[in-house]
Order: sequence, then structure tokens, then C-alpha cells
Amino acid sequence: MNLDLTIKIGGAAGQGLETIGNVLSKSLLRSGFFVFSTQYYLSRIRGGHNTFQIRISDAEVRAMDENVDILIALDRTSVDRHLDEMTDGVVIVDRDVVELGSDHDSIFHVPMLKIAKEVGGNKIYANTVAAGAAIGLLCLGLDPLNEVLKGMFLKKGQEIIDSNLRVAKAGYDYVRENYPHGCKFNVSAPEAKGDRMLIAGSEAAGLGALAAGVQFMSAYPMTPSTGVLNYVAGHAGEFGVVVEQAEDEIAALNMALGASFTGARSMVTTAGGGFSLMVEALGLAGITETPVLIFLAQRPGPATGLPTMTEQGDLLFALHAAQGEFPRCILAPGTPDECFYMVADAFNIAEKYQIPVFVMSDQYLADSLFTCDRFDTSRITIERHLLSDQELRTKHGDYRRYKLTPNGISPRALPGQEGMLVCADSDEHDEFGRIDESQENRIRMVDKRMRKLEMLREEMNPPSLYGPRDAKLTLIGWGSTYGPLAEAVDMLNEDGHPTNLLHFNHIYPMPAEKVKETLARSKKRICVENNYTGQFARLLRAETGIEVSDRVLRYDGLPFTPMSIIEALREKQVI
Amino acid sequence: MVSVEDYGEYETAWCPGCGDFNILKAVKAALANLAMPPSEVLMVSGIGQAGKLPQYLNCNFFNGLHGRTLPPATAAKLANHELTVIAVAGDGDCYGEGGNHLIHAVRRNPDITVIVHNNQIYGLTKGQASPTSERGMVSKIQKQGVFNNPFNPIAFAISQDCSFVGRGYAGDVQHLTELLMKAIQHRGLSLVDVLQPCVTFNKLNTFKWYSNRVYKMEEGEYALDDRVKAFERSLEWGDRIPLGIFYTNERPILEDNHEILKEAPLIRHKPETGRVNRLIEGFT
Ligand SMILES: Cc1ncc(C[n+]2csc(CCOP(=O)(O)OP(=O)(O)O)c2C)c(N)n1
Ligand code: SF4
Repeated sequence: MNLDLTIKIGGAAGQGLETIGNVLSKSLLRSGFFVFSTQYYLSRIRGGHNTFQIRISDAEVRAMDENVDILIALDRTSVDRHLDEMTDGVVIVDRDVVELGSDHDSIFHVPMLKIAKEVGGNKIYANTVAAGAAIGLLCLGLDPLNEVLKGMFLKKGQEIIDSNLRVAKAGYDYVRENYPHGCKFNVSAPEAKGDRMLIAGSEAAGLGALAAGVQFMSAYPMTPSTGVLNYVAGHAGEFGVVVEQAEDEIAALNMALGASFTGARSMVTTAGGGFSLMVEALGLAGITETPVLIFLAQRPGPATGLPTMTEQGDLLFALHAAQGEFPRCILAPGTPDECFYMVADAFNIAEKYQIPVFVMSDQYLADSLFTCDRFDTSRITIERHLLSDQELRTKHGDYRRYKLTPNGISPRALPGQEGMLVCADSDEHDEFGRIDESQENRIRMVDKRMRKLEMLREEMNPPSLYGPRDAKLTLIGWGSTYGPLAEAVDMLNEDGHPTNLLHFNHIYPMPAEKVKETLARSKKRICVENNYTGQFARLLRAETGIEVSDRVLRYDGLPFTPMSIIEALREKQVI
Repeated sequence: MVSVEDYGEYETAWCPGCGDFNILKAVKAALANLAMPPSEVLMVSGIGQAGKLPQYLNCNFFNGLHGRTLPPATAAKLANHELTVIAVAGDGDCYGEGGNHLIHAVRRNPDITVIVHNNQIYGLTKGQASPTSERGMVSKIQKQGVFNNPFNPIAFAISQDCSFVGRGYAGDVQHLTELLMKAIQHRGLSLVDVLQPCVTFNKLNTFKWYSNRVYKMEEGEYALDDRVKAFERSLEWGDRIPLGIFYTNERPILEDNHEILKEAPLIRHKPETGRVNRLIEGFT
């Protein structure tokens, strides 16, 4: 990695941070860089202090860095709060607008408002001036930014596009002509651009659902799951998806089950609070063996907690939620490409095993922009596991929705077929779906349902290994901490601490034997999680009997950074 | 030909003499009269004595959770609108635990029929007050008598412009059968509140109590889409309790709101994975 720079944009909610952030991120991707962007925002629509942080490199970047090279400060708070994060960088401020307390060498005045008014004819263009200025400081070409602006304002008409292009250039020129030290960040764009995309976890999960042929989605909005809902709803008409905003989460999951029972590939999206309300219906999915995908985007709780921040605090809740015992599956993608492919896998697992399947994300994964290889739709298959017409004809008259089978999976048919009836019941039922409260039947049915878990266990992926096979130190993580952990592993190895990472994205049921084998080589195991109680470490012990030596836990609402992991390891004197 | 026998004959777990038997009879008769093959009927129910009704029928059914009858019924209709979807609930199920869903089902207006066995009591949990219990009714929980005002489902439904609002009585199978037939045939959400004596726990609202009070509204007494007249009528309760259709309208139904459903039921559309490639392009 020759180049590793971070641009941070700071300002109040409502100042348009996200727009400049997205424009810059995409322009830098188009210039050929690897880009990683995260947002920090408070639960308010205006005011407060928010940031959008973009990291660029000529090699893969998987997490955010704590040092800032360029700070675009849209208000005074941004300068006050982030000045000490600056390496030897530049703070771009419009001093006509922002009154500063003290002066500092790195502060560089760019009259964004003035340029916006004079060149664009309207103050609304100030943020585009800022984007142009940032590209100017990097001394890159303007073409990618121009292309991004054109695409973005396509629907608003030529006039708006032209004004944006003019002000972007004016911001760019101003910097090139006025920055006192010539070209400070003289970076050159990588030659090979690669077939890459810049995407957030939410969008990737939404795309995955569309690719996997989702037909019905019901949800009640809740941050940070709303991104997936919005994405699918935005394309529902064109993809033939029925999206229903339910009156509450109770209705949402019950609806998804009604649609799924009738034959539609169905999913719900929610966060912890909403999932709390879905818990009873989760059990209904369990006993009626109705497939459903639950996209659970975590945020810190309990109750409403920190609405816009991140945590991995709902793992054991998802695992144990609902009364009684029934099989379920939990997946936790670590990156947007995993979101994309894993949502598709989740539908197939749900339909094959006729169980509820969770895909667990969190605010960090949902909202951060990652550079990924272009998604390959040919890797996605749609497996419905429904009885064929031919099979149906032979079953005529004797269709048993809950037939006892050696692997526990019963033949799934849909209501509405001539000569057969499909009956599902939340009470314990016989093979036909009719209530049967006898002890013999109860045992048969519980055994039947639980048998599925053993077959699924064999199909689950063991954790992936990153870094040298025989390292002294093994970090263990799950879900969205993949990026910061992988970077921490790279840094530790460079510093002479042989370390590897075992990362789990197939969480439950855990293929215990395979996991034990993989972990057998590790000498010292540290589990790194975004929660207080070390939920994954507990699950690992419960499923495999393996104890970790220590835990690195973070629960302040923020995601791990590679440095924060390394510092925690130092504090614990592991390294 | 479809006959009542096609809908089967099952042993029930209801108390002898319960009003539910007659409702079951009327449901079977209505479906047979409408010549609906059992394989095209989907019954969705919640939990309660009423919720068990689909168990005693030969047809597709989804017997879910207490109070949650309407969400799966609505979604099932969206998934395959060729099915005749009938939701069966108790007054506790539909007006108590599931009250919120009723409000929103009426707003959505899917083309389903909702049959509420209104026995003014909780049957399955052995005799607690329900949202429709009379004020003053004493139970093991309401020792001093029910304080809360009874919920008026008919007035509620009309006030929310429910597409079809009717009241039947388990003591009059013939009338109930005809009412159910009209409700099932009606395009839009049909709410049929059925007065159902619970012979075991409701010692107040007995067959005799109802029979002394109910009367059938004449057809043509007022135009059925006259909401104000219908509302006035819905307030009548006491010495005289009207039965029949109170109100109808021709509101657009939920299924019409989805272009995709116009060609074929949702479940018959074949998804194409490759179609997302165009969207992927937007992220490069
Ligand atoms: C969430 C939940 N709460 C409570 C119950 C217990 N429960 C079962 S049926 C019922 C009420 C039944 O009353 P109603 O819906 O009027 O039907 P009925 O039995 O009178 O026909 C209750 C409270 C339950 N099954 N689920
Ligand atoms: S308890 Fe009441 S409602 Fe239930 S079956 Fe007996 S009589 Fe009918």
C-alpha cells in the first residue's frame, strides 16, 4: 500500500454531508482507488455533529483509519473536534461562513459560498465547490467527478448539471492556484481500474434479495434496517415484488408467513426493537415450518438504545428468541459482497429446510460504503424446494404437509392445487397439519423438526482463515468486524506479531467438528466483538466446548478500527 | 358440483350446544352453495374456540397466533389472489389482541372475508371479559363487573369505510349462510360479526337473550352505501339488535394496487436473477 489517505467531512445534520461524501467516494472509485466510507450521525434530522469519512488507497481497504489527511469543515465544531486527528493535513474551511476560534497552520480558506454564488448563481452549490476543492488538493483529474455529477443530476436537467460542473471546476481551480504549498497530495490515480463497485451493506442485501427473486416483503421502518426496505421498495414495481409497510412488526412477520405459506419468497427487515415484537411469529414460523428470511440489522440496545450507532448485541437474542425449541439458521455477512450472496443463500436455506433464517447486519455494515468486485449474478441460484406437478399428481389424495421423513424435511406443496389440501397449525399437529396433542405425536414432531438442524449443520461453512496458518495469535470474529480485524491482522504481521483471523459468517448451527479442527491449531485465541458480554464467544463454547483466552469488546456505539483492536491487545498484554 | 360433504365432518373440541356449531354449518353451506372447491379455499385463523373452526373443515388452512389472523390472511391473498381467503376469529382475537390489525386491514381492503364469532367472552381461556362484553358483566377477573365500554365492531367498521359490514346470528343458520355468501362474493374486505352464544361461560348473552332481541333488517330499508344511515343503524343495541348487511361500498381493493398481480398471481411470476445486472451497473 503506497497510498492511504483519509478525507473527513464534518458538519451539522442537514448540511448535505452525505451528498458530498457520496459524490467524492464515487469519483475516487472511478479514478481507480479502493474506497471505504463510513458515516457517523446522530438521531436527528437537523443540527448536531455528523461526519462522513472516506479512506482511499491503491490497495484494498476494509476499514476506517483514525488519522485524517483532508478535513472539509462545514462548521466550527468540525474544526474544534477533529483538528487533533489531522496528520500533517489540510483543513478546508470557508472562513467567510465559519468563524474560527484560533488559527492553525493546516487551515486553508476556500470561499465556497462566494464561488457557489458567483459561478453557479446559487449558494446551494457550495458543497459541489467543496468536492472540486478536495479533488484539487489531491491533484487528480476532474473527469471522474464530472461524470459522477452528470449521472447524479441527470434527472434534474442540463442546466443543473452545467452549473454543478462549473462550480466543481471553480473549486478545483481555486485550490490549484491558491494552495500555498503547490500540490500537497500529489497522488496519481492507479492505472488498472478493475471491475469494481462501491456499495453499502444495505444496498447489497437489497440487491441480493432482488437477485434471489424475493416476491414479498413486509416491514415496519426501523434504523438501521430501513436501507434494505427502501432499496427493495424502490425497485418493487420493476421486479414484481409486493412490498407492504405493515402496521407494526407483529403484522410484518405474520404477513411474511402468510405470503410464504401461500408460496411467495418472503422476507422481513427489522432491527432489535422491531424484532422483539416479531418473536412470537418467529415461533410460528418454527412450528408451521414456514420458510422466511429475517434481515436483522443490529443497533445498540436495550429498548431504543443508540438509534444510529452500531453494535453486535443481538446474536444470542436471535438464537434464543421465541418460546419452545425449533431449528433456525443464523448468517452474518462481513462485507457487502457477502450480504449480496448470503441473502440469496439464506432464501435457499429457508426454503430447503422450511425454517426461519436470519441474516444479521448492523449499522456499520449497513451504512458504510465498501469497494467490492462487481457482483456476479451467475453465482446466484434460486432453489424453491417445492413439489413438482409430477410429484403432486402421485401424492393425490394423500398429501401430508408434515410427513415424517428421515431428514425431517417434509414435502412442501402450496394451497390452491386441485385434489390436495395444505394445512398448517401453530398448535402441535399430526402429519396432515391437524391438531394432535398426544405425547407420541409430540415426540415424533419435535424429533422431525429438530432432525433438520443436524443436516443443516453439515452444510454450514466453517470459519474462513485470514493470515498465516500457524500464527501464535488467533483473532476470532463474526459478521461486520471482518474488515477492521483483517487490517489489524495485516498490521500485526508487519510488526512481527504472527497473527491470523478466524472469521465466522455462518454462525448457527455451527459445524462443530469442522470448527474444532480449524481452531485446534490456534495457540492463543482472542474473540473480538462489538458487545459487552462476548456473545459469540459464549456460543462458540456452547457449540464446541472451546474457550477463548480473552475477549476484546467494544460497546460505545462505534465500530472497531484496526488501531483500536491493536491497542486493546496491547492493553491486555497479548502483544 | 360441490356439496357440503366435500367440506368434511370432523370431531370437534367444542362444548355441546355451542353457537360455533351453527357457524360451522353456515360456513360449509355457504361454500357449497357458491360451488367453491375446497382446494381453492384458504381459511386463516388465530387462536380461540372460534379459531379452531378451520380444523373442522376440509380445505387449506393456516391456523396461526392469537390475534394475528388478519396479517397472514391479507398477505396470503396478495401472494395468490385466486384463492378464496376467509379469516375466522373470535372477538378477543379480532377486536382485542388483534385490534390494530383490524384497523389496518379495513384501511388496506384486501378481498377477504372476516368472520368474527362474537360471544362477548373469552371461551378458550375460560370466561374472561372480551372487548364486546356488556358493561357490568361479572367474571373471575372482572369481579366488580366490566367497567370498559363495549367495542362496537359494526359502528367501527362503518366509520372506517369498511367495504362490507354485516351481522349474523348463530341461532339462524339460514340467514347466516346467505349473509356469508354475500360477504364472500363481495369484492373487498367483508366483516361479518356473528353473535355466538357461549353456553358454558357467558350466562348473560344466551341463545334466549339473543333470540329475544335480534331482528332481520328489511332489504331496501336504506341504500346500503349510505354511510350515515348505516352508522345510525349500527348504534342500535339493546332491546332490539339488527341482523343483516349494514353497509357496502365499492372501494378499490389492495390487490388492484399492484400492477404485477394483474397478469397472474404473485406466486406464478418467475424471477430472473440476471435482471439485477442493470442495477449493479449503477454502483460502478
Ligand atoms: C399471545 C396470546 N395471549 C393469550 C393467549 C391465550 N388465549 C387463547 S384464546 C384467548 C381468547 C379467546 O377468546 P376469543 O378470541 O374471543 O375466542 P373464543 O375462544 O371465545 O372463541 C386467549 C386469551 C394466547 N394463545 N396467545
Ligand atoms: S367454551 Fe363457549 S365458545 Fe368455547 S366451545 Fe364451549 S360454549 Fe363454545
